[in-house]
Parts: sequence; structure tokens; C-alpha cells
Amino acid sequence: MIYDFFYNLTGSQILAYIIGSLLPLFAFILPFALVAVLLERKVSAHMQDRLGPMRVGYHGILQTVADILKLIQKEDIVASPNDKPLFNIAPVLVFAGSYTAFAAIPFTSAFIGSNIDLGIIFIIAITGLVVAGILMAGWASNNKYTLLGAMRSAAQIISYEIPTILVVLSLIMITGTASLNKLSEMQTGHFWHWMILGGPGLSLQKFILIPFMIIGFLIIYISTLAEVNRTPFDIPEAESELVSGYHTEYSGMKFAMFFLAEYANMFAVSAIVAALFLGGYQSPFGYLGNTFHLPWLIPIEQFFWFTFKGVFLVVVQMWLRWTLPRLRVDQLMAVCWKYLIPIAFVNLLIVGLITVL
Amino acid sequence: MAADIENKVTTTEKLKTEEMILNMGPQHPSTHGVLRLELELEGELILNVKPHIGYLHRCFEKHAEAMTYPQVIPYTDRMDYLASMYNEFGYAIAVEKLLDIKIPDRVEYIRVIMGELQRIASHLVALGTYGADIGAVTPFLFCFRDREKILSLFEMTCGARLLYNYIWVGGLSHDIHHDFLRLTKDFVDYFKPKIKELNDLLSYNKIFIERTANVGILPLDTAINYGITGPMLRASGLKWDLRKDDPYSIYDKFDFDIPVGDGRMGTVGDSWDRYFVRVLEMEQSLRIIEQAVAQIPEGDVTSAIPKRVKPVVGQVYSRVENPRGELGYFIISNGSVNPFRVKVRGPSFVNLAVINELCKGHLVADVITILGSIDIVLGEVDR
Amino acid sequence: MKTTEEIFNLLKEKFGDSIIELKTDVPVEHFITINPLEIDKVCNFLVSKDDLMFDSLMNLSGVDDANGETQKDEADNNTIVGGTLSVYYHIESTSIRHKLVLKVSTPRENPEVSSVAEIWKAADWHEREAYDLLGIKFLNHPDLRRILMPYDWEAGYPLRKDYKNPEFYQGMKVPY
Repeated sequence: MIYDFFYNLTGSQILAYIIGSLLPLFAFILPFALVAVLLERKVSAHMQDRLGPMRVGYHGILQTVADILKLIQKEDIVASPNDKPLFNIAPVLVFAGSYTAFAAIPFTSAFIGSNIDLGIIFIIAITGLVVAGILMAGWASNNKYTLLGAMRSAAQIISYEIPTILVVLSLIMITGTASLNKLSEMQTGHFWHWMILGGPGLSLQKFILIPFMIIGFLIIYISTLAEVNRTPFDIPEAESELVSGYHTEYSGMKFAMFFLAEYANMFAVSAIVAALFLGGYQSPFGYLGNTFHLPWLIPIEQFFWFTFKGVFLVVVQMWLRWTLPRLRVDQLMAVCWKYLIPIAFVNLLIVGLITVL
Repeated sequence: MAADIENKVTTTEKLKTEEMILNMGPQHPSTHGVLRLELELEGELILNVKPHIGYLHRCFEKHAEAMTYPQVIPYTDRMDYLASMYNEFGYAIAVEKLLDIKIPDRVEYIRVIMGELQRIASHLVALGTYGADIGAVTPFLFCFRDREKILSLFEMTCGARLLYNYIWVGGLSHDIHHDFLRLTKDFVDYFKPKIKELNDLLSYNKIFIERTANVGILPLDTAINYGITGPMLRASGLKWDLRKDDPYSIYDKFDFDIPVGDGRMGTVGDSWDRYFVRVLEMEQSLRIIEQAVAQIPEGDVTSAIPKRVKPVVGQVYSRVENPRGELGYFIISNGSVNPFRVKVRGPSFVNLAVINELCKGHLVADVITILGSIDIVLGEVDR
Repeated sequence: MKTTEEIFNLLKEKFGDSIIELKTDVPVEHFITINPLEIDKVCNFLVSKDDLMFDSLMNLSGVDDANGETQKDEADNNTIVGGTLSVYYHIESTSIRHKLVLKVSTPRENPEVSSVAEIWKAADWHEREAYDLLGIKFLNHPDLRRILMPYDWEAGYPLRKDYKNPEFYQGMKVPY
């Protein structure tokens, strides 16, 4: 619908596509990343019995603007032993890998960047670019510590994609579609039609599925936490061991790109989990647009619910970061291979059996 | 045929794997100061750890020979800067033994209260930074918030938050504030539930236990042979505390327990035990402070300070129980106003020597865990 | 629990001439002076005998006795010629709870003491420090090198009474 809107506005297909695809990027994701930096500092400060940034703007609201201005005017240091092409391309790859995932996430029923049938599989594949970027960053920094950090991070991301895909497979089995758009549409109605509570309709199958869906939700939430390198899985950025891991040697705008990519990635995985299990952009209670007979209000409400769910899951991620200590690298791998993957497999089998019967 | 198989079997032995030397250099966020650890690694496994110290050597012992006895007190503060009251306490007791003078009771009680408050403050730093190294940043801020209250008590008494110059040879520099005892009692009541909060947040957290239990196990006979003292020795199972086994000042008048490590989360003597012994010691310190505040007599704190400190020819080795272990002062006097030789046996210096034994066979991430549980202060290691 | 006199008599029976004297008139503690090259045998005996069991070394400190003659050398500095350097050992037993103080004295020109690092591993770093700051060489020490001063400090041993700071160290001016 948005695409049609722009097509009518400009009269050119190409221009409509370009604006349509850049719109979520500039109007939503970048501002969100800026807000998320501030949100993290304020949330962590209040949890630790202190106040956080208070001076820039009212209660520190403009802090991120000040940070970005500072980072833009910093000198871009590239040490001479570094491998220059790799060093410069690495942040671009990480940034691109994180932001491209937003192409297949439905923001509202009226707008989705690219309505492909492979939705979720595309997203999981494209976040693999991040691994390449991290390895390049770690290697090209010419530093033993960053190399260690980058290798650990690559191992971690690749291992934790497996439980994610297993849970996604179980969802695809139930619903029969991999497109996030169709998945979100299927969860219309009130919140008891959401996937976490078994799916649409009121059949016996739905009620039997509920515990397995909840287990699946937990598994995917933990795995995506590991994919974005957040505590308790933040060994690659472990400040006390590796002094910032793979982005130690970056300064200025390149560091800002890593930083923003991390927060965008956090929101992307939260949005995916919300779309898969918590109803995407659907409201839990019905729409004000329906009660007031204003059909154009509905996409706006849906956008609001989508943002609310995404931000809520992001805040839970931040909450976990500031409460839990971090796992050692071998314990991290043990959690994935010895606990999450067997549970995810069993989950998959049981869900498959229930769907068939 | 047999030769073929043999070639295939021994191929991995012919692979040359080099050991990597990684430097956890003098500047590192979690080596607690300027300490250089040279790690010999094979992959992530540690073969050898060589500590290099001396980056903070400030020649305390040479300075002490040029000062008079009371002038050495500010220098002793700066050795273990996180437990300054105890450094002064140990030195004052050593010189008082040489001079053979009697201290008024009020001075002894105040010294004990200050010492135990200092012990709690020092343990809060140790536990907070230990949690921060493991990754849990929130308990670090909670511990420092509580430590601020203790530091404001000290500031009320002598004007300084970290380096006090308060306990002098023969007494104290000035008497305590008239509100001090009431505020100390308030602090004790405030702090008791905070220890429970710290336990809920950090000590019994499953991830923390996984990181610290069974890591860096120190057997008891190794510990005694290496001269380890303090919470490290108590965590390995031996009930040895100088306040009870070799009492100094008036510690024999108070009723308190000595917590000992019992290996309930792993083995006896692992890092979790060393951490938890410190938590339990804070509780016992609160008990001592309560009793001291209740029993303190009136008196004049500066009456026994001698005008000129000129001990007889002789020598003394006297020791106190620092938050980190046994702090010993060996003072040789040749009859003049300057000490002839002051040797400080710093507990962190002796405790650090055992790090090579503890780290063998662990991973790189465990070096930080083990170093944090030893709880060193570089000012005391290097003097 | 044994006093210093009883232990002195025990040691005198067993080792004879290596035990030099028992000093009791100096406050605050009594100590036993021992031959520097035999100190490791004496300490072995002290650790292993059943009713002594001194299993913990509290402190090991080197001392510059400064009991030689003060002379002026060519650069008009005070140097001490002759005299001794001493090492004091404070040991105790964690099971029987008694303490002992030992002392060895070596000539200043060529100070050599047997190392007790094999007996108590705590002595390892303490002996390195005594070597670093006073120049006492410990025979059979596993790794005798400087510990607190930089490894290439060539201007002598700082804790000696006649030590003078060098002018330059690696191009940096030392006294300021």
C-alpha cells in the first residue's frame, strides 16, 4: 500500500521503490538506534540506583545527539600494520547485515519492505553477513586480543543459529508459511490467537501446542540474545577480558557504525520474535479504528503495537544484561550444544507429530 | 601397509603447534592495578603464568629510614591504599611494643571500630570489582554505594576519605565526632539487609557459581607452604585468624566467629569459597562493631602520645590481620629517632606468588577469576 | 610449645658449630644466629621434627647491618667497607602455635646464604627481594633475579646504607 502511495505520488516505479525501501531505514530504525543508546543508559542507571545522563537536554534526552556529533568529528585512526581494505569494509558489512534484515519484517499491514515468500529464511541468511564482518574486523586490527574476540564471536553466532532455525521450522510446520507477513496476518483477533498461545482458531490442537510454543519462545529468545552478543553471552565484547573485543581498534564514525548496528540488530531480533510468537503488529484487544469506524486509523495503531512489542523485548534484553554475569566461552558452547539444541529437536518432533495427527 | 597406518597415526605429533605468549599488560581493565602477567598459552589453555611486578615500587622501606617514627605513618597509608587504617594500626602496634607504653582503653576501642569499618569497606571493593570482572556490573555499583557511607564516617572523623594519617604512635590524632557512634550504629542497621541483597544478586546466581566454583583450587598444604594468609587460607579450610590465634589490641574481649570455606558449591579452596568467606567476614565485622560501640569508655585519646619517639636498641616483628591477610612489620631500632630498618611483609606480595600454581590447566578467562579472588592491591605488592 | 632456649639447646646438640649463639638481652624478641651456609639443613630439621613442625615462614628480611668502616672513595661518596649483611627468618608452626626467630650474617664483600626456597615456597619471592634490594646471593635458588627494580638496573642495591642513585638510567635523568 505504501508502494502504491508513492507510485501515485511520483509516477515512477523506480523512485517509488527507492523511497519505499529507504523510508523505514531513516524514519524509524536510525532514530530508534539513537533512542536505544540513551534508553540503555537510563535503564541501567536506574537499576543501579543512580541517575544516568542528566545534563544534556531535559534529563539527558539529547545525550545521543551529543555522542554522535562527537564521534563524527573524531579522527579516524587506521594503524599502518592493519590490513586496510578489510579494516575499512568490516563495519560496512556489519551495518549492512543488521539493517537489511528489516526488509522482510512487517511493520504494519500496509507496509512491508519486500513481500517475499521466504521471509524468515531470508532474514536468518542475511544476518550471516555480520559474521563475515566481525571476522574481518578482528583480523584486520592486527591485535591478538581482537582476533580472539572475533573468533569467539563467530563461533557463538554460528552455533546459536541452529536452535533459532529449529524453532522457526516448528512454526513453519504449524502454519505452513515462511513469510512473516502472512504469519502476522494469521494472528488476527485478540491475544489468544497469538502463536505463543497456540495459534489462530480454537481447536484441540491449539491447546495441546501451548506448552511447546512457550518452550519454543524461550529457546528462540535465548538464542537470539546470543546472536546479538548481549550478556550473558557477550564474551566477544567482554570488557574486563578483552578490552572491547573486535571493535577495540576502531575510532570515530566506524565505531559509531558498529554501535548503531548492534542496537538495530537487537531491535531486529526482538521484532522477529514478536512477529513469530507475539502477534507481530496485531493488537491484543481489538482496534480503536474498528470501534470508531475509521479504517485509516488501523495501520497506525498496528505500527504502535509493533513498536511497543519490539521495545518491550529490547528492554527485557537490557534488563538481563545488567543483572546477570557472563558465561565463559566453553560454558556458552555447552549451553548451546548440550541443552538448547536437544530441547529444540525434541520440541520440533513433538510439534510435528501434533500437526500431522 | 603397517608403515602407512603408522604415518597416518603420528601425523598430529609431527604438526608443530606453537605456544602463544599473551601479555596481560600493565594497563588492563581488570588486573587491579599495574601488574603484568605473561601467559603462555596453547590455544585457550594456560601452561604457565609469570607475574612481573615492581611497576608501583615507591621505596617505602628506604624512605622510612630517613624519617622519624611518627613521620612514617602517612607513608604506611599509601602502601595498601584500600585498607589504610590497618596499615597504620599495624605500624603503631609495632612501635608501641618497642617503646613498651600502655595505651588508654578508649584509644583501643576506637582503633578496633575503625579497623573493622575499614575491613568492610575493603571487602566491598573486592567483592564489587570481582563481580564486575565476571560481568555482573550492578553489584559493583551497589557495593560502592554502601562503601560511600563508610567513607563519609571516616571523613567526619579525620577529614580524609582514603588516606587517613589518623592512628598515631601512642594514640590517635584527634577524638571522634560526637555523632560518630550514633551514625555508626545506624550504618550497622542499614547494612545488614544489604548483605542479603548482595547474596541474592550475586553469590547464589547460577552463572556466577558456574564461573567460580572449581576454578583455582588451592589445597591446604600448598597454601601453608606458600605462606598464604587471610581469607585465602581460611577458604582452603584452616581456621586461622590472627585476631583469635595471636591476639593484639583488645580483640580478645569481643565475641565473633571465623568463617571457613567448606566447598559447598564445588571443592574446598576454590574461588567461590574465597569470595564467600569475605562476605561472611563482613557479617562478623558488623558484630564486632556493635559490641565495641556498646562498650566504649570515655577517656583522652592523645594522652599517651610520647613527645619524642626514641625506642631502645632492639627489634620486633608484629603482625595484624589485614583484610587481605597477615600484615607484618619488622622494625629494627638502633636507639635513634629514625628507624634503622622497617620491613613490611605485605600479604598481597606473598599471596600473589601462588598464581602460577592456581592457573595451570585453566582457560584464559579463568585467570581473571583467579586473580580477582586473590584480591591484591598493587601498592602493597610493590611498596 | 617450646621456647627459644629449648630449641637452641636442641639445635646445638644436633648441629654443633653451625649454631653460633642465642641472643636474649635485646628487646623484644630472642633470636638464634646460625651459619649462613648451613641454614637450609637447620630449617629442614625444624620443619620435619615432630615436636617442632615449623611449617610456615612468616617473614624473611634482609638487613644491612652497617657495622663496617665508613670510608670515602674516589668520587667523595661514603662507602662502607667490611661489616656484614644479615637475613632474619621469622617462622612459626600452625599446629603447635610456637614461633622462632633465626638470623644469619654474611660478610659484606661476598654475601652468600643457602636458599630455603625448596623448604618453604614462600621464601622464593622474599629471597628475590633481598637479592634485589641488598645484593645477598642465595645459593640454589630456582630463579634468582630482580623483582621490584627494573631487570636491567645496574647501579647497585638500593637498600644498602651507602647506596647512591645513578645519574642516568637508559637515557633518563634519575635525580630531579
